[in-house]
Amino acid sequence: MSATEVFAPRSSVDVLATQIAAVAGRSIRRTLRQPALAIPPLVFPVALMFVNAAGLEPSTLLPGFPTDSFLAFALAVPFVQGALFATMNAGTDLARDVQTGFLNRLSLTSMRGSSLLVGQLAGIVVLGLIQSVFYITVGLVVGVDFAAGIGGIAVLLVFSLVVSLGFGALGSFLALRTGTGEAVQGMFPLLFVFLFISSMNTPRDLIAVDWFRFAATVNPVSYLIECVRSLIIEGWDGRALALGFGIAVAIAVLSLSLASWALRERMTRT
Amino acid sequence: MVNADNSIVVEGLVREFKKGPRAVDGIDLRVEPGEIYGFLGPNGAGKSTTVLMLTTLLPPTDGTAKVAGYDVVHEGPQVRSMIGAALQEAALDNLLTGRDHLRLQTMLQGLPRKERKARGEELLIRVGLTEAADRKVGGYSGGMKRRLDLALALVHRPRVLFLDEPTTGLDPQSRTALWDEVARLAREDGVTVFLTTQYLEEADVLADRVGIIDHGRIVAEGTPAALKAEIGRPSVHAIPERETDRARIASLLAQFGDPLGDGDLAVRLHGGYGLADVVRGVDAEGLALHDVELRAPSLDDVFLAKTGRTLEGAAEAEESAPQPAG
Repeated sequence: MSATEVFAPRSSVDVLATQIAAVAGRSIRRTLRQPALAIPPLVFPVALMFVNAAGLEPSTLLPGFPTDSFLAFALAVPFVQGALFATMNAGTDLARDVQTGFLNRLSLTSMRGSSLLVGQLAGIVVLGLIQSVFYITVGLVVGVDFAAGIGGIAVLLVFSLVVSLGFGALGSFLALRTGTGEAVQGMFPLLFVFLFISSMNTPRDLIAVDWFRFAATVNPVSYLIECVRSLIIEGWDGRALALGFGIAVAIAVLSLSLASWALRERMTRT
Repeated sequence: MVNADNSIVVEGLVREFKKGPRAVDGIDLRVEPGEIYGFLGPNGAGKSTTVLMLTTLLPPTDGTAKVAGYDVVHEGPQVRSMIGAALQEAALDNLLTGRDHLRLQTMLQGLPRKERKARGEELLIRVGLTEAADRKVGGYSGGMKRRLDLALALVHRPRVLFLDEPTTGLDPQSRTALWDEVARLAREDGVTVFLTTQYLEEADVLADRVGIIDHGRIVAEGTPAALKAEIGRPSVHAIPERETDRARIASLLAQFGDPLGDGDLAVRLHGGYGLADVVRGVDAEGLALHDVELRAPSLDDVFLAKTGRTLEGAAEAEESAPQPAG
């Protein structure tokens, strides 16, 4: 076959699905080949959970504390913390693609911008699900009883998927806007602040310091944590689920919109 | 969609950057189907900016360009479907293997599933990377990365190939291997090749025609032979036996030709003079030379004649000042 022959045309849906699979496969492969990136999102949140549980177990004696196991109370945190790691990983990977010119290589193919974003995020979502399965397994091993049962665990996995998607898109947006991995990593502490001024360690109604309670109340991360927590320690709490899913979906929609816009700006091809 | 025209036609192409000079300042050029066109110039001359515009990655500020019959501004997707490009610095993912890269590229270029593997293997053989195909690219040498880069550019059988300084930093053996492959693509497969380079030898050996660009403008264009013939006369380069004789020798040489500058004792001979005349003149003055050489015109001489400086000197001057993409 000569170099000027062209390949048989394929349907656009088929091409789109193939492109998304290609980018997602690369995203997963890259992460798995970097243990230094894949392991911390699994280990650090769980380690922090055990440290907190060891020190804050007496909190469960407070009147109105919703459970007698601080581990069960704290198990919600790794799900959100792991998603924050995903934010940084997604952003750093994409920023590297910008810096090395790999994005230009992708831009020169017939790949659509949406394939890049969806594929990249699909990889992050798969990794987010792996993280969630790991946290759930750790919880079960240490004796946490999931109040919402098997159905609750399934909902928890779906919730993790939405949160990973939202935070992954946020990381992608930061990477596409700044074009440097350093800038993305520089945002990580800021995102962590949101985690620490949330209800991660104390139920909001038991926070005695006014400004902290106010900060935790207006902090959307609190509602993400409380959504997961409700499934673990309370069972089916419609309000917590609605707030958690509502905020997670809002973050995902906003982040995806921003990332799509930033991708169009970055891929300046005509 | 199918277009038999593999040419590149550029008219008045301009690219201005904010707060910067015109990186490309109104160039016109035409590359015929199946031709290898060498775009020669120092760093910062506007070569890479031109390639980015022709490959649809950078919108021009003004002018028009058609690649394979399609307008680079208004028909970007059609242009991209017709071209392959290996841009400056092989943009590869160090964590993927060579085979991973080809799998990714064949999928993104929309090759049918049953053809992907075969096309990947064919290209690995073609660029001599079969044995290294399952090694991570991070462990590849510069030459291997460039060969993989070329293979990736060829995945979808492009009609026009852009190579931006493809041999920069390569050892002579890798450079020659890449030249052979590029020449084969043009001769046997009819691919039009637009090649930027800062190596005179590369342009001389590989290109059917050469465009010399300096400060964003094409200052000379033609076949290497025609450009050298335009300069016409050979040059004499002398090294004095005694450094104290330098001024007297320079003065003597000036009687035989035009000084070439850049601090060398060298002149472009006037018509009618030859090396023997210079040697006899030196003897007659009682001067001694450590070495003297007659050189046929080179593309560097062409560059010097057109810009007033050597390519090497121009590169150093450009590197000392901040510049937009080369």
